[in-house]
Amino acid sequence: MHGRPRKAPTPQEEKALALKASKLRPLQSQFLQFHHNKTYTKEALEVCAKLLEANPEYLTAWNYRKIAVEHILSHSETETETDPESIKSIFSEELRITERALASNYKSYGAWYHRKWVLRKGHSSIDRELQLLEVFLKKDTRNFHAWNYRRFVAALKNRSDEEELQYTTDMISDNFSNYSAWHSRSVLLSQLLEKKVQGYFPKEKVLTEEYNLVHQALFTDPDDQSGWFYHLWLLDQTVKVESPLLVSTWPPHGSSINVSVNGCLDKSALSPMTSFDLSTGTIPVILYFSEAVEGVNSSTINVESIYDASQDLIWTPLSTNNSGRAQAWLTHLNFLEEKIHFLQANSVKVSAGHSQGITSLNGFHCTHPTEFEFTVYVQPPTPQHADLQCLEMISWGDENFHICETHLKESSPIKFSDQLENNEDNESTAYKCKVETIANEIALFRELLSEANCKIGKLTLARLLMAHDVITSYNKSSDTNKSVHFEEVLELYCDLMNSDPPHSQFYKDEYSLVLLQQLTSNPESLLRHCYHYRDSSSSSIHGYICLRLCNLSISRIGSIKQLLWIQMLDLSHNQLHSIEGLEAMQLLSCLNLSHNQIGTFSALEPLKLLKSLKVLNISYNEIGAHSVDTRRYLCSSPLSHTVGSDWSFSEFAIDGVDVKTYWEAFFIFKDLKLTQLDIIANVVAEEKFKVFLLKLMPTLKWIDDVELQ
Amino acid sequence: MDDTLSYPPIDPINFDLIIVGTGLPESILASAASAAGKTVLHLDPNPFYGAHFSSLPLQDLAAFLQSQSPSPPPSSAPSDGNLTAVELTTRRMYSDVEITSHSPEPLEHSRQFNLDLAGPRVLFCADSAVDLMLKSGTSQYMEFKSVDASFVCGGDGKLVTVPDSRSAIFKDTSLGLAEKTRLSSFFKLVEGHLKSDDERKISAEDLESPFVAFLSKMRLPPKIQWIILYALAMADYDQSDTDVCKDVLKTRDGINRLALYHSSVGRFSNALGALIYPIYGQGELPQGFCRRAAVKGCLYVLRMPVNALLLDKFSGSYKGVKVASGQELFSHQMVLGPSFIVPSPLLKSSPDSLQDVRGKVARGICITKTSVKPGVSNCLVIYPPKSLYPEQVTSVRVLQIGSSLAGCPSGMFVLYLSALCDDANQGKKSLHAAVNAIFSIPISGTPDHGSTDESENTQVKPTLLWSALYIQEMTTCSFESISSTPMPDGSLNYNDILDATKELFHKMFPDEEFFPETTFSEPEDGELDESPNGESLDS
Repeated sequence: MHGRPRKAPTPQEEKALALKASKLRPLQSQFLQFHHNKTYTKEALEVCAKLLEANPEYLTAWNYRKIAVEHILSHSETETETDPESIKSIFSEELRITERALASNYKSYGAWYHRKWVLRKGHSSIDRELQLLEVFLKKDTRNFHAWNYRRFVAALKNRSDEEELQYTTDMISDNFSNYSAWHSRSVLLSQLLEKKVQGYFPKEKVLTEEYNLVHQALFTDPDDQSGWFYHLWLLDQTVKVESPLLVSTWPPHGSSINVSVNGCLDKSALSPMTSFDLSTGTIPVILYFSEAVEGVNSSTINVESIYDASQDLIWTPLSTNNSGRAQAWLTHLNFLEEKIHFLQANSVKVSAGHSQGITSLNGFHCTHPTEFEFTVYVQPPTPQHADLQCLEMISWGDENFHICETHLKESSPIKFSDQLENNEDNESTAYKCKVETIANEIALFRELLSEANCKIGKLTLARLLMAHDVITSYNKSSDTNKSVHFEEVLELYCDLMNSDPPHSQFYKDEYSLVLLQQLTSNPESLLRHCYHYRDSSSSSIHGYICLRLCNLSISRIGSIKQLLWIQMLDLSHNQLHSIEGLEAMQLLSCLNLSHNQIGTFSALEPLKLLKSLKVLNISYNEIGAHSVDTRRYLCSSPLSHTVGSDWSFSEFAIDGVDVKTYWEAFFIFKDLKLTQLDIIANVVAEEKFKVFLLKLMPTLKWIDDVELQ
Repeated sequence: MDDTLSYPPIDPINFDLIIVGTGLPESILASAASAAGKTVLHLDPNPFYGAHFSSLPLQDLAAFLQSQSPSPPPSSAPSDGNLTAVELTTRRMYSDVEITSHSPEPLEHSRQFNLDLAGPRVLFCADSAVDLMLKSGTSQYMEFKSVDASFVCGGDGKLVTVPDSRSAIFKDTSLGLAEKTRLSSFFKLVEGHLKSDDERKISAEDLESPFVAFLSKMRLPPKIQWIILYALAMADYDQSDTDVCKDVLKTRDGINRLALYHSSVGRFSNALGALIYPIYGQGELPQGFCRRAAVKGCLYVLRMPVNALLLDKFSGSYKGVKVASGQELFSHQMVLGPSFIVPSPLLKSSPDSLQDVRGKVARGICITKTSVKPGVSNCLVIYPPKSLYPEQVTSVRVLQIGSSLAGCPSGMFVLYLSALCDDANQGKKSLHAAVNAIFSIPISGTPDHGSTDESENTQVKPTLLWSALYIQEMTTCSFESISSTPMPDGSLNYNDILDATKELFHKMFPDEEFFPETTFSEPEDGELDESPNGESLDS
C-alpha cells in the first residue's frame, strides 16, 4: 500500500484501460443526456449507478444522484409514496451504490462524501458503518478517508471519545507507522483535555503518558516519521502559551526619549540611541505581541499622557496582508501641541490587557495586564542647520563605521523587554512540570542520537533545546537554572544542512532565527554588532548607531522584538531571500540589503510599511532574475482588488515603456519617500526602470551613488 | 501381527522404488518420486502414518516409545534361486523412557490427544517446508494456526516476550528505550544486508566471524544478544562459552536464521507471528505427503513389517524385500526408515554400530491444565544455556500447544520439551530442570498441597499431570545400495531434514526434478475442509 514505487503501466494494461474507457464513453454520454434533461427515472439512475461502479471518481454522477434523490423525495408526496419504508429503501440503494464504488476504489472522495450525505439525511441505520470501516481499514490501515469517515460515524453514533481513543491505541500497537491513527489520537485527546473528562486531568499527567507511548515508537524506529509528528503535537501542547502576550514595545519601559522636530538634534550631547529626528512631529509607539493579534484599539489600549489623546489614537496593524491581524501594532503620539514645554519631561503611560478584546487567531484573549512608561523630551527647534544635515549621502563603506565608545555602552538605553513576558508563575506545579518534561525529553533524544543518526531526531532536539531556553528565560528568580543552548542548536542545524541537502533552506532559516536570537539575547552581545556611523569624508558630526549584521549567512530575520529601536540596519552580505518581520521596525531610516538573495520585489513588501525609510540599498540581489515568483499570490496586485489601493499607473507613463510591467515595484515604492536608493547589479535595474523609479519617487537625491540634479 | 498373513498379495511386485517407514523424509521421497512418475511401494510396519514423526494418542505414544526394542540378531536364511533373504534388524531409537502419571485424567482421555513424537516442532511461515507444501499441493490437506507468542527466560528466571518484530518491539515493556533502538536498528541492518544492496552488505570478514562476536561488535547489550541468539536464531549451544559450544553459530548463518524469522512475520495475512503449527499435530505432515503420493499412484500398505532384504548372491546388491506376509517385492532402489540396520552385503561385521551417530536429543511431553503464561494458549518458551542451572550447555525449547490445535482435550495443555545432549544424564538433567522451572509437581501422597507454604506473591505454577521424558538417538541420511532416512533432529523446524531428503532424492534420481512446478486444479481442491478458525496456507 505504502512505500511502493508506482510502476508505469504495461502495454497490456494500457490496452485494457483504453478498452474500459471506450466502453464507458457511451454510458457517460447517455448519463449526461439524462442529467441535462433532468431525467430521474429508474433507468437513468441505473445508468448512473453502472457508471459510478466503473468510475467512482466521477463527481458529476454523484451530484446527479443527490439531485435525483431530492427530486424523487419531493415528487413522491403527490403520489402518496412517503411512507418511511420507501424512503428508507431509496437511501439504502444509495448506500449500496457507495459501498460498491468504494469496493472498487476505497479512496474515492465522491463515494465517501455521498455516503456521508446519505447518513446525514438520517433515514438509514448507522449500525453497519463501523463494521464496514473495519473492512476498509484492514485493507489499508492508514487510509485517511476511512479515518475521517470514522470520526464522522463516531460523532453520529455518539461514541465516546474514550472509546475512539482506545481504538487508536489498538491500531497503533498493531502498527505504529500510521499517520492517520496518530492524527486521530491528537484530535480526540484535544477534545478530552479541553472538556477535562474524568481521567484526562490534569493535562500534565495525560501528556506524560502520551510522551511515554510515542517514545516507544520513536525509539523502535527513529526513521519512521509518523510518531514524530505526534511528538511535535505533544511538544506544542506542552510549551504553548495560550493567551497572546505583549512582549516588547517602543519606546521601552522606563526610557527617556529626546526628539527634535526638524533634524537639528545636538547629537554630540545626547546619546544617538535615544535621540530621534522626527520631522513628522509625532512619536511612533509600537506594541509587539507574542503572536499576531487583532482588536488593538483605543478601547483596549489605554494611553495616559499630558497629551491626553488616548481617545483619538488610531492603532494600525503592521502587516502586509489585509487580515487586520498583526504581531506589531503602531500608533503615533502627536507632541506638537501648544501646551508642550520644550526640554521638559513629558511622561507617557501605556497599559494593555486591562480589558478583553485583543485576541489571537485561535481566539485566546490577551488577559495579562501589562503596563509601560516612558518620558519624552522635545528639543527646541534650531532651524539654522536644517537643510545641511538632510542632504548627506549615506555611504555603507566599512571606514564609516566605528566601534561604539564605552560611554555609549554604559549609558546604553537598549531595554530588554523580558519583564513584559514574565507573567508565568515560576513556582507553579504546571511550570515545574513543563520544565521537567522538556528536560526529560532533551535527555532522551540526546540518548537516541547517540544510538542512531536520525535527522528528525536532531531537528526535534534543536526544537526542544530552544523551547527549554524560552521557558527558563521567563524564570527570573534562579539564573543558575538557566542553561543556554544556542551553540548546540546552531551546530545541530549546521549538521542538518549538510546531511539533508533537499531541506537545507528550511534548516538555514531556522539557523538564522536561532543565530539572531543568540545575538540579541543580551545587551552585551547585541552591542558588539552596533557601530557608530560617521562619514569620514564629511565634517558632519551627524551620526546614527548602526546595527551591522553582515556576513552571517542568515537567510531570514527574526528577534524583531529586541530590535524595535534600530534606525540604521546593515544586513548586507547574507543570504536573505525574505525580509518578513522588518515591517515592525518603524524607526528604520537607513537599510542595507545589498549582496543578498532577494529574488523579487514582492519579497520586499514589508518595506512599504516603513514610512521613515530614507536610504535603501538593494544592490547586488537577484531581483528580476527569477521568472517565476512563487510568493506573488501572497502579495497585493492589481488583480487582488485590495481595498484602498489605487493603481494610477497612467501618471507615470514613460514613452515606450509599459509601466504595468513594473507594478510590483510601483506597489512597494509608491508610498516611500526615499532620498537614496542603490539598486545596481539586479537584473531588473535597467535604465528604463531607473527612469520609472525617479518619476515614482521625486524625493530621490541619489541613485546608485549618482547625485541627481 | 498375524493378520498380515491375511493381507491380499501386493500387485504388482516390481517397483521403481520401495520405501519402508512413513516418517516425513520417507513420505516426501514417496511423494516426490510418484510426482516424477516413478512406481513406488510405501510400506510401514506400524498401523499409523508418520513413524518417528507421527502424532499419537497418549497410550499409543507410550507404547510406541517402549516397544522400540532391538530385534534379534540377523540370521540369513537361504532363499531359492539367486537371491538370499537377509533378515532385517532394527535398533533402539528411544532410551531412558520415563513416564510419570500424577493424575489419571490424561489417561482417561487418551484418545483425545495427538502427541508429537518429535516435538517441539513448528514451521516458520517462510520455511522451505512451507514452500514445499505449497508447491507439492500437500498444503491442501492441512490447516495451520499461529503460535501466539514466544517467550525467553531472562537471566532472572522470568519469562519475557521475545521482541521479534517492529510492533513487538514497540509493545515490549521489558526493553529500555535505547535497547529498542539498538534492536530494531540491528534488524534493519540485517534487512539491508539481505536486500543485496552493496553499500549495506555486512563485510565478508564479519560474516565468517562468530555471530556472538558480531553482535558484540554491533554494541548490542547482553540481554539483546541473548534474545537474538537463542530466541530468534535458535542457537542450541552456549555461544559465549567456547569450551562447551559444539556448534558456534557463524554470523552468516545467524543472519540467515534471522532472515527466516523476519520474512516469516507477515508472510500470511492470517498468521499473527512467525510460527505456525498444524492442527492435529505434526503427524499431519507425513500423512499429507503420503496422500499426495497416493494421488500420484504410490501404493500404500500399513501394518506390513519387512522381514528381510533380498540379496543378489552374484552381484552382491539388494534386489527387493520380503514382507511379513511372505511375499517378495522387487525394486532396484530401496529406502529404509532410520531404525532399520542395513546389513552390509559385503562385510558382515559390526552390524550393531549406528551409522554416523550425531548425538542425542532429550525430549519431553508434559500435560497440564494451566498455561505457562496466563491468557496464552499456544506459545514457544526458550530456556537458553545457563538460564536453568550453571552447567546447562544447550538451550531447552518448550512448545505449549492448547486444545485449539486439537492436540489435547479442551482445558488441557501439552508442553513439548527438547534439548540436545551428549548422553542421557546430561539430557535428562536439562529436561528435569526445565520441568521443575515450569511446573509444580505433586508430591505423591499429598496431592494438591505440595506448594501451600510457598509465598503467595509468586505466580502459581501449572501443576504437572502426566509426563514422558525420553532420549532419542539421531541419525543422518545415507545413500548406498539401500538408503536410510534421518531421525527427527533437534531443531525447531524441518529445514535440515528437508535439505537432506532433497539431496537423497537427487542422488537416487539424478535426472528427475524434485517436485516439478505444476498448477493444482485437481478435484482434491474441493476436499479442503475449512474449519472456521483454521488457516490454510495461501500465498
